[in-house]
Amino acid sequence: MTTAAGTAARPGRAASTLVNTATITGRNLRRLVRVPTLLVFATVQPVLFVLLFTYAFGGAVHVPGVAHYIDYLLPGIFVLAIGFGASQTGVAIAEDLSTGMIDRFRSLPITSGAVLGGRVAADALRNLFVGALMIAVGAAIGFRFHAGPAAALAAVVLAVAAGLVFSWLNLLLGLTVRDPESAGLAGLFPIIILFFTSSTLVPVATMPGWLQAFAKANPITVITDALRALCLGGPTARPVAEAAAWLIGLLAVTVPATIARYRHATST
Amino acid sequence: MADAAIVAEGLGKCFGPVVALDGVDLELPVGGVLGVLGPNGAGKTTAVRILATLLKPDRGRARVAGFDIVKRPAEVRRRIGLSGQYAAVDPFLTGRENLIMIGRLYGLTRRQARSRAGELIGQLELTGAAGRLVRTYSGGMRRRLDVAASLLAAPPVLFLDEPTTGLDPYGRLALWQVLGDLTAQGTSLLLTTQYIEEAERLAGMVVIIDHGRVVASGTPGQLKDRAGGDRLELQSPPGQDPRQLAGALAALGTGEPAIDEPAGRVVLPVADGPGILPDVAARLAAAGLHVSGLALRRPTLEEAFLAFTGQPSSRTNLPRHKASGPPAATAQPAHMTRSTQ
Repeated sequence: MTTAAGTAARPGRAASTLVNTATITGRNLRRLVRVPTLLVFATVQPVLFVLLFTYAFGGAVHVPGVAHYIDYLLPGIFVLAIGFGASQTGVAIAEDLSTGMIDRFRSLPITSGAVLGGRVAADALRNLFVGALMIAVGAAIGFRFHAGPAAALAAVVLAVAAGLVFSWLNLLLGLTVRDPESAGLAGLFPIIILFFTSSTLVPVATMPGWLQAFAKANPITVITDALRALCLGGPTARPVAEAAAWLIGLLAVTVPATIARYRHATST
Repeated sequence: MADAAIVAEGLGKCFGPVVALDGVDLELPVGGVLGVLGPNGAGKTTAVRILATLLKPDRGRARVAGFDIVKRPAEVRRRIGLSGQYAAVDPFLTGRENLIMIGRLYGLTRRQARSRAGELIGQLELTGAAGRLVRTYSGGMRRRLDVAASLLAAPPVLFLDEPTTGLDPYGRLALWQVLGDLTAQGTSLLLTTQYIEEAERLAGMVVIIDHGRVVASGTPGQLKDRAGGDRLELQSPPGQDPRQLAGALAALGTGEPAIDEPAGRVVLPVADGPGILPDVAARLAAAGLHVSGLALRRPTLEEAFLAFTGQPSSRTNLPRHKASGPPAATAQPAHMTRSTQ
C-alpha cells in the first residue's frame, strides 16, 4: 500500500534543516498571497504610507539640507511598513499555536529553527517586495538615491535586517501572548509609540528637550538615521555601525528567547 | 520490553495546582491497538502529548518505538504520527498542499510526498476536495485531512486523539476501515476516544483513565467481566410504573438498579444471572407485577466505563443512543436515571 519508508528518512542534518526551512517558507509565502489581511499589509499599506505621509506632511515639514521631503521620509516609512507588517507574524504564530499547527510541527522530525526560520525567511522576502514597491512609488513622486548604487543596496540590506529583528520580536510576542488578536495589538503598540518618538517623520531637533533625549536613544531613530545616511549621502560609517549594533544586540536576545518559548509551546 | 511500541511507567504531570496525570502506566505491543477511554478532563490528551514528546512528564518515564521520550525525542518523532484534538491543517493551503508539506517535513522527496498524498486523499475519501482551500472544508473533512497528515510517513506508531469526533457515520466508517488496514499491516495505534463503540471496534486493549489515573485496563471482554456479573434487563408493560419493578427486585442486585422511566425499562446488576431467575419470578409474582420483556446479558462496555469511573452518564460525553432495537443490544440511554433508594 505504501511507498514511503516506515521510518522517516534521515538526510544530513544541515541539509534537512535547509529543506525544511524552505518548505515552511513556501507555506508562509502561499499564505501571504491568499490571506487578505496579509496581502493588504504587503501591498496597499506601503503605497498608502508613501502617498499619505508625503502629501499630508510634505507641505509642513522642511528638513534643513533636504530639498524633497520624500527623500527624507522614505527610509523611515520603509521601516514603519516593515514594522507594521511584522505584527502579522505574531498573529500568525499565535494562530498556529491555537489551531494545533505548532503541536503538529513539534511532533515532526524537524528542528525549531526550521519552523521559525521559515517564518522569518518568508517575512524577509515580503519585505524585499515591500521595499521595491515603496521605492517604485516613491520614485514616481520624486524620490532618488543620492549616494550611489552601493549605498542604495546597503540601505536595502539594512532595512531587511531590521525586518528580521521585527519578525523575531513578534514571534516572541505571539508565542507569549498566545491569543491572535492580542498578539496583533501587542505587536503594533510599541511600534506606533516608538515611531512617533523617533526621527521617522520629523527631525529630532524640532522636538521638546525632554523628548529629544528619548528620541535620540530610540532604536528606530538610530536605524532610520543610518538608512537616511545611505540614501541621502554624508558620513555613513558611524550611523550604520550604531544601527548594526542595535540589530545584533536585539537578535542576540530575541532569537534564543523565541526558540526556548517555541520548544515548550503547546495549544491550550 | 524491546518489542513494545509504547511502554509508560508512572507518568505524572501537573499544570500548576491541577494534577493532570497521577502515575499512569501504559503498554502497547507492536501492531496492537490501545484504546484510552475517559471522561473529559481525565488526562487522556495530556498522556498523548507526553508520549508524542510535546510535553515533558514531571515524573515517570516512557519509551515509544524503543526510544526514551525525554532523552531521545528526535528519534521518537521520526517514528510517530500524531493527530491531535484539533484539526491541525492550514486553512489557506489546499488539502493536497497540506499533505505534501507534511510529507516533505517528514523527509520524503517531492515525488514521494506527492504520491503518498494522492494515496491518502483516495483512502480518506477526499478526492473531490483535494484541490480546494481547506477553509472551505466541513469539520469532518478537516478531521480526515488531519488524520491523513498523521499517516503520511507511514509511522510505526500512531497517536490519534479523538480521531472521529465530528465525523458523520460515513466518515467514521471510512476512517475505521483505514485504521483497520493499517493495524493489520503492523502499525501500532494508541487511540483516545469518547465513543465506547469505537474502542470496542478497534482496540484489542482498553485502559480507562479517570482523574489522571488508570482505573481499569484489559480487553473489552475482561472489562465487561470485571464491571461485575450480569445485567438483568426488564421491560415494564404500559401503565405499570417501572419503579415498582425496581423496588421489588432491588434486593437481588449487586448495585443500584438503573431506571429508564420513559422507556419503562429497568436494568439491575446481578452476580449470578441464571441462578436468581427463580427468585425474580417469585418476587414479581408476590408483588403482583408483570414484565413484558426480560433479558439477561453481560454489561456493555459503556456500563463498565460508568462502573469504573463512577460517573452518572449525564456528566460524561458519551454518545446518546436512542433506546430502540432489542434490549440486549442497546446501551444505557442517557435519560436513564439511577435509583436513589
